[in-house]
Amino acid sequence: MTDLLQLLIAGLATGAIYALAAIGFTLLWQTSQTINFAQGEFVMVPAFFALIAMKLGIPYVAALVVAILMSMLLLGAAFRYAVVGPLLNRGVLPLVISTIALGIILKESVKDIYSAEAQVFPTLLPDRNVTLLPGVTISLAQIGVLVVALITIGGLQWFLAGTRTGRQMQATAQNPTVARILGVPVERMILYTFLINAGLAAMASILVSPIYLAKFSNGETLGLIAFVAAIVGGFNQVRGAIAGGLLVGVLDNLAAAYVSTAYRQAIPLILLVLVILFRPQGLLGRKEERAV
Amino acid sequence: MRTFLIALALLVVLALVPADLTGLGLPYPGLKRYGTYILTLWLVTAIAAMGVNLIVGYAGQETLAQAAFVGIGAYLTAIAGKHGVPFGISFAASGLLTFVIGIALGFPALRVQKHYLAFVTLAFSVLCWLVFRNETAITGGVMGLRDIERPILFGLKLRNAQTFYWFVLAITAVMTFVLWWIVQSPWGRAFTALRENPLRAESLGVDVRLYTLLAFALGCAYGGMAGSLYAPLVEFIDPSPFALGPSLLFMLMVVIGGSGTFAGPFVGAGVAVLLPEWLRAWETWYLLIYAALVMIMMALFPGGIVGLARVSVRKRQP
Amino acid sequence: MTARLEVRDLSKAFGGVAAVQGVSFDVRDGEILGVIGPNGSGKSTLFNCILGQLLPSAGTVALDGSDVTGLRPSTLNRLGVSRTFQLLQVFPRLTVRENLILAGQEHRGSRLGRLFGARDAGLGPEADRMLEFFRLGALAHEQAGSLSYGQQKLLDAAMAFMSGSRLVLLDEPAGGVNPTMLAGLRDRLAEINRVGATFVVIEHNMEFVMSLCTRLIVLAEGRIIAEGSPAEVRTNAAVIEAYLGH
Repeated sequence: MTDLLQLLIAGLATGAIYALAAIGFTLLWQTSQTINFAQGEFVMVPAFFALIAMKLGIPYVAALVVAILMSMLLLGAAFRYAVVGPLLNRGVLPLVISTIALGIILKESVKDIYSAEAQVFPTLLPDRNVTLLPGVTISLAQIGVLVVALITIGGLQWFLAGTRTGRQMQATAQNPTVARILGVPVERMILYTFLINAGLAAMASILVSPIYLAKFSNGETLGLIAFVAAIVGGFNQVRGAIAGGLLVGVLDNLAAAYVSTAYRQAIPLILLVLVILFRPQGLLGRKEERAV
Repeated sequence: MRTFLIALALLVVLALVPADLTGLGLPYPGLKRYGTYILTLWLVTAIAAMGVNLIVGYAGQETLAQAAFVGIGAYLTAIAGKHGVPFGISFAASGLLTFVIGIALGFPALRVQKHYLAFVTLAFSVLCWLVFRNETAITGGVMGLRDIERPILFGLKLRNAQTFYWFVLAITAVMTFVLWWIVQSPWGRAFTALRENPLRAESLGVDVRLYTLLAFALGCAYGGMAGSLYAPLVEFIDPSPFALGPSLLFMLMVVIGGSGTFAGPFVGAGVAVLLPEWLRAWETWYLLIYAALVMIMMALFPGGIVGLARVSVRKRQP
Repeated sequence: MTARLEVRDLSKAFGGVAAVQGVSFDVRDGEILGVIGPNGSGKSTLFNCILGQLLPSAGTVALDGSDVTGLRPSTLNRLGVSRTFQLLQVFPRLTVRENLILAGQEHRGSRLGRLFGARDAGLGPEADRMLEFFRLGALAHEQAGSLSYGQQKLLDAAMAFMSGSRLVLLDEPAGGVNPTMLAGLRDRLAEINRVGATFVVIEHNMEFVMSLCTRLIVLAEGRIIAEGSPAEVRTNAAVIEAYLGH
């Protein structure tokens, strides 16, 4: 039982990280019809920004800030204007292909320029066990991850629901044409979405890299899990991505404990297939109009 | 008729490329073993790419699992071959099995909305790779399967690189013709319609979901059959060429060749097979360069190489 | 006169907003029924619900006496209901003739038969007849995307008749078409109607509606507020109120 509780908390911690990646992915899709097949690489790369910054002698916390800013600059603004911008009016396929190619470029760049080896990444809080309840000890690092991720998600929710800009962003996500008529500066909202996505990806990167190590090939798994979380939760809204992320995280950790390690990776995929078969609109999603 | 003659001429030229013509008094020594191997690999890749083109270029969907389907065909053929099953049967079974899997994956995914097929195939791709890697007893795991026999055709052994090339060329020709026939038929018209405007196509009685599903399953079957040829070609298979990365490369190659054009997959497969050979000196940088080229291409010429060639031909004929 | 299409208590709400509320009417065999109403009165939503593009929140649609509520558009089309769209909907990269053949091919033979059969699915002569009828013969082999707006509109309408449908719903066929071409379009439609097709027409151009339709229903805020011959509707107080009151 206590084992289960520990697994649950560990699962929620990784799940909260997955949720960060999934939220950005969902926002981007809704606001600018950009399906980012490089999302996993977006989560993989910022850790290397931080590692490079630390190599240059910048202290840990400052390096994290540098990583977030670099990520917003390159994976946010530059992605918006250099990659997505020229392709938006070209139909869906060129954009899909471009993000796939971008994923490969990011992955190969890290491998060729930095290293093909997995890199140790420092944790926010020390990896020391603390006793929560009698018999239930969990790692302080995990608590750190959970707290930081939840604060980030909470902050984002507050921003989206509680500020004027956030509500304008939501309006843009729901219906760009109507939003434009209502006087929402749609272009700026789309840029904000890209920046937020990059920021969330950087947060996820900083939180996940101490657990799985920073490696060029991490994007494949992380991207897949972000897609699965977004679809399982329901594509219509941010809370779907949060729920999906947490669910996948918990399942993933339970699978690691109770299913063979060889097939641990398969669990979220099977979940995805089940959801598409039996509840295609996602667990929290609303049924949309008929898709012809 | 003209198309037919051009196709025939092309087939003859392709058949002669690896052949030693010095015996006929021509100063052409043909290709060495490795050159012939690369040429065969190009054909096999092109078959799988034709399938992707049907899915992407004609039906307007995305598939991220073509390499996995190639893998299914390859493993099936390799394993069946070790149990003495004739190649013809494995080849047909590869096509049939991948077609059925295509239906099973596509049916639920296409009920939902655009792009769901991409995610379902993505998941399937990873699942297949896990099975290829983990089911060591059947697939040999990371150690792979060795010494895959090349088929024997009516008592004629196809061990020789050149004979095997001709065999693959013949199959490619037939499969190209079949696809050409489909694309020229009313089905092709329905594909174009549902890609350009699914809503309108549906209102004209075109069962968009069914046609899309058929295109997807046929595309998967082309992948499976390409895999069935791939196994005896390379004679050794392990999970790595059937992972997610190669599936993504299939998408890229079709688009770089020119998606929705008939020659596109051949051109794209040519680029994908030859580029790593040319860039051998920069081995590690090859993927990076390739992906960067694709991105530039998407921004400047989304029609791919074939589209680009068409535009330049049209410009020259005012 | 028998009813080809019976709409009963049809409602459609988006979120909390009711776009169509309890609409009932019949489309009688051989008539040209006009559906008019101010912008936002629910005309297009009504069409989309009848044609299976949207799922109605409540109510039924029956075709020749059998329930077809919520069937998919392609199924309905194969049962003999065609439509055109408010915005241009031809396939720009197919030729004019190919557009027409496409519009008819799913009604010919089996799907597998079409795969192995003739390239034009045996529809060539019929497509050529339709081209002549709509005065598009000279453009047969042009890409549809290169046609003028009015010509595309004609093609759009012509496509609706390739399937041999006897019930055709036209969503603003006159929108954006110049007056000369408009007269031609009206004559073509009237002629097809005389041969036996039944029409339902949504239209803003009052002159066009009044001269083409045999009967009108008027929608306002998702409900039917008037019904009758063009002359009756023209003088109906509720209709004048609905149009001028906004």
